Amino acid sequence: MSDMKKKFKFRNIVEYIIEKLIFFSGIATILFVIFILAFITYDAFPIFKTNTLQSMVFGKDWYPVPDDVFGMLPLILGSLLVTAGSIIIGVPVGVAAAIYIGEVAPPKLREILKPTVEVLAAIPSVVIGFIGLLLLAPYLMNHLDKYMVTGQAAITGAIMLAFMSMPTIISISEDALNAVPGEYKAAAYALGATKWQTIIRVIVPAAKSGILAAVMLGIGRSIGETMTVMMVTGNAAVVPENWKAIFMPIRTMTATIAAEMGETARETPHFHALFMIGVLLFTITFIINFIADLALRRVKK
Amino acid sequence: MKMRNVSQFISFSILRLIILVVVVPVIFVIFVLFKNGWSAMSWHFIMTPPSGDLTKGGLLLPIVGTLYLVGLTILFALPLGLLSAIYLSEYAKQGKLIRIVRLAIVNLAGVPSIVYGLFGYGVFCLMLNMHESILAGSMTLAILILPVIIVASEEALTAVPQGFREASLALGATKWQTTYKVVLPNALPGIITGAILGISRAAGETAPILFTVVAAYMHDLPKSLFDKCMALPYHLYNISTQVPDAPLNIQWGTALTLLIIAVGLNIAASFIRVHFRKNRAW
Repeated sequence: MSDMKKKFKFRNIVEYIIEKLIFFSGIATILFVIFILAFITYDAFPIFKTNTLQSMVFGKDWYPVPDDVFGMLPLILGSLLVTAGSIIIGVPVGVAAAIYIGEVAPPKLREILKPTVEVLAAIPSVVIGFIGLLLLAPYLMNHLDKYMVTGQAAITGAIMLAFMSMPTIISISEDALNAVPGEYKAAAYALGATKWQTIIRVIVPAAKSGILAAVMLGIGRSIGETMTVMMVTGNAAVVPENWKAIFMPIRTMTATIAAEMGETARETPHFHALFMIGVLLFTITFIINFIADLALRRVKK
Repeated sequence: MKMRNVSQFISFSILRLIILVVVVPVIFVIFVLFKNGWSAMSWHFIMTPPSGDLTKGGLLLPIVGTLYLVGLTILFALPLGLLSAIYLSEYAKQGKLIRIVRLAIVNLAGVPSIVYGLFGYGVFCLMLNMHESILAGSMTLAILILPVIIVASEEALTAVPQGFREASLALGATKWQTTYKVVLPNALPGIITGAILGISRAAGETAPILFTVVAAYMHDLPKSLFDKCMALPYHLYNISTQVPDAPLNIQWGTALTLLIIAVGLNIAASFIRVHFRKNRAW
């Protein structure tokens, strides 16, 4: 062995360098996650010279210019409202669609449905926002004019986001349904259950961890979406008072960063406050993804 | 007995209705985009720069800007993502580290795109003094599409049968030689598929390029990697929300162009995947 090593010394050096390179590329993703959190926190941190976390998270007024008032509650609730709306629509529809595609649809139809869902996932968010702005907002305004003063409202964003989160919900749920062992199905049929009884009482309960992961990732997708909500929700930073707020313009955390960062001078309190919103967003999506990952690990076991 | 069949019939009918709720709007939206956007589409529309404060002209500068951006993005992301995938599928030993790497990939994929924008702005533009430039924008986009590249490449690499590796190692090849000369060529179609999906994603993203590179209006092509550039997704946002006089057919035409690029690349990726899966040797 040691003879071989001498003989192939050059080969070994190359091998060694490449191995190290591959190792560092492998852990690069860990570094990027840490860097992203570290650097946006670094740019957010000076905001604590003038504000407390509490005063920002629970503050009801977002008047960054000219008053330097950074109450983020309207933005946080705005994000939660559109996300909740999108999940209320997207989860039942997405899970049902996954059940249909995975368990009910004939194979030929499945071959058409799956690419259609992939196409939906591929449409850029700004195109979906454009459609929401030009088609859905005027449509809602015409049909719900008792409730709405403008078509650009939380519900418009919620509907568009529901469609944007559906591909995620459908594909992860369908994977979860597929992962249920065939024996479960066979056993249910052997006991005389119909196909539907098998699906709803055996397969779906067995896939519930995966479906939970699908819902979490759908929430993550909705809460982090920027361009679509910026284009269709009207961008009014007001605290939603009651359920009717779904028909009113709101403003999300993401849209606030996107709309204001370009016009903000660096190292001002406003600049740091926008990075602070970024830190909050990162934290929320990190927790959501962590839960989804735990749920998916249970599926694999 | 009959009751059960009735309930199955009703349930399946509801499922069929729901699948229509998903599929019909997608088809409708694509139809409307073609119907309203097609009239604007022409060679001239693609090949002339925007003019008249974005109310006239075509898409030349936004398209070229997007090409620059995605080209440079994939140049950064593909080597790094591929090496990372090679680590996961060929070199890493099962354990805590690989578990953390996987968690990091999932989390990176879940970070909101606007947060990438903040990161890129804070680090590349301000801290590293790249200012708003093609370089800063594509580095931001590269990190964003890294999970797409890694996941697709790893899937392609792990699909190569173990016997191929064993045969190569038995012939005296080193691990890297085996990876480079045996595993990689066999995984190539899957890797290309992943790269195209990454390009498609990068071409359609707006939020990460908002503060890192994009210019609302330029009269000339960018001269270097340190210039700003226009970009198709931002251009669509801009003319549909910030320019009140922008004619509708230009807006629809821009939306259609972006749709064709993003969805077209996706369809191409699926096609390659299906084609090579049919023709592969194992």
